[in-house]
Amino acid sequence: MRETEDLDELYRDVVLDHYRSPRNSEPLESPDAEGEAINPFCGDEVRVQLSLVDGLIDGVSITGVGCSISQASASLMGEAVKGKNLPETLAIVKAFRALMQGRSRSDDDAGGEIDLGELMALEGVKRYPVRIKCSLLGWNALEDALKVIAAV
Amino acid sequence: MTTPTAHPAPQANSGPLDIAAIRGQFPILDIEINGKPLIYLDSAATSQKPQAVIDSLVEYYSSFNANVHRGVHTLSQQATDIYEDTRVKAQAFINARDAREIIYVRGTTEAINLVASSYGRANVGDGDDVIITAMEHHSNIVPWQILCDERGANLKVIPMNDDGDLLMDEFEKLLGPRTKFVSVVHQANSIGTVNPVKQIVEMAHAHGAVVLVDGAQSAPHIPVDVQDLDCDFYAFSGHKLYGPTGIGVLYGKYDLLNAMPPYQSGGEMIASVTFEKTIYADLPAKFEAGTPHIAGVAGLGAAIDWVQGVGIERIAEHEHRLVEYGLQRLNEIDGVKIIGNPKRRAGLISFIVDGVHPHDVGTVLDSQGIAIRAGHHCAQPVMAHFGIPATVRASFGVYNTTDEIDRLYEGVQQVFEVFG
Ligand SMILES: Cc1ncc(COP(=O)(O)O)c(C=O)c1O
Repeated sequence: MRETEDLDELYRDVVLDHYRSPRNSEPLESPDAEGEAINPFCGDEVRVQLSLVDGLIDGVSITGVGCSISQASASLMGEAVKGKNLPETLAIVKAFRALMQGRSRSDDDAGGEIDLGELMALEGVKRYPVRIKCSLLGWNALEDALKVIAAV
Repeated sequence: MTTPTAHPAPQANSGPLDIAAIRGQFPILDIEINGKPLIYLDSAATSQKPQAVIDSLVEYYSSFNANVHRGVHTLSQQATDIYEDTRVKAQAFINARDAREIIYVRGTTEAINLVASSYGRANVGDGDDVIITAMEHHSNIVPWQILCDERGANLKVIPMNDDGDLLMDEFEKLLGPRTKFVSVVHQANSIGTVNPVKQIVEMAHAHGAVVLVDGAQSAPHIPVDVQDLDCDFYAFSGHKLYGPTGIGVLYGKYDLLNAMPPYQSGGEMIASVTFEKTIYADLPAKFEAGTPHIAGVAGLGAAIDWVQGVGIERIAEHEHRLVEYGLQRLNEIDGVKIIGNPKRRAGLISFIVDGVHPHDVGTVLDSQGIAIRAGHHCAQPVMAHFGIPATVRASFGVYNTTDEIDRLYEGVQQVFEVFG
């Protein structure tokens, strides 16, 4: 049974804040990698740009249109990966996907030690199966961009 | 017993509808969603099914299941009777001249694909024009795009204004000697506009063009008379008309259908086959290759009986009241904007809520047990016209009530509480 408390779990203040004031929403001038993801069923989109300095993600740009969950998740994601190297970033991606799929993080070797920090505000999404794909949209775009980096 | 039980008209076919009695015939309306009574405002996606339709499927499989047109045995004859009786019901429902003008298909999408690939390939050539409207469902855009790409033809679009009405002057300008086909939606699923299809058909015919009317949304909501409209093709889906999924109807004028090449081929659609030559069956079998969805046809027959028993005019009147009341209530809310204000509207209201994405509106309403559709409604060009990614759409069926619209009103208020 899903009642109003559940809605508050979904729409936590942090999530609404990132939806209303997305972080890192300025495009980068010379990104090292770009990725994009579109949900054909609803038209939501997220674009990710990354720039690297000494193997660390130095600049992040997250732009897009869509629902609160897709846009807030992408914004929180941008904050989470800033300053991280490639393996650390991949570990965050893995841990976040595990969170959305409702797997307990101790089941997951790679995700086990990762502290998702503010991203945990999105935990309530896993109780709304139809919204999980909203929440993962930006992450698909990020993975797109990371492939470019890994290939370099 | 050789024929399935006739399902009696649910109530006297005149006077105002007893909506409580009608609701009582839809078992799904008793369920709870998230601890709240279900308020189903998504009938434009698919309607719910009355007990008579549900029973007809069970009855078909329990008592009449056999392949059609194939057996000398009694059961096959009974299945064939159900199959062909339904064709006559569908003929009467849209007032076609002849039952052979009724072709069973999977739904509106398949009907349009059939016409685009059979009639279209045979009649649309290099430099010809196909005209659609700015408010088509993707299923009445993509088949024509594919045809035009393949043939070197041009796809032209009748524009609409911000009320969601077609610009008929612009349509007149698009028509010309190269216009081979016009395919128009009768009632737009995204904004609810009911288009002046009779006038469109007249104008197109004046230029020798053939017209298909997409009736996916009109068949369940307004009386349809294909002879009066004089359209050449008309398509509808059973599942939006209180019937099962997977079954629909393509109506086509006899002479057109008769001249068209087959769409799919195989069993059922032939008169004789040798390795040198195949002679096709006559209508309607020519377009019904393979074992059809016989149970679906039985269900479609029950659905048409049910709708006829209630009376499509009375359904239209009831839904008109719902639309008027819904518009009034939603307009009372600051921050709600109704998309489109067409001269004639039926069945649904599309709207957006200031600062809140339709998905989020949908989730909040769902927590109240209210099922609406949030998205682009398979009509992305319509969304582009209004400069929005998506809308919230409340769409109605005969079972909806003004109380439910009050609940929608309260649900939208709650959206502001969550996102306030
Ligand atoms: C206007 C319109 N045309 C076509 C279709 C396609 O119908 P179906 O999915 O039953 O083939 C729909 C269904 O949403 C519709 O609303």
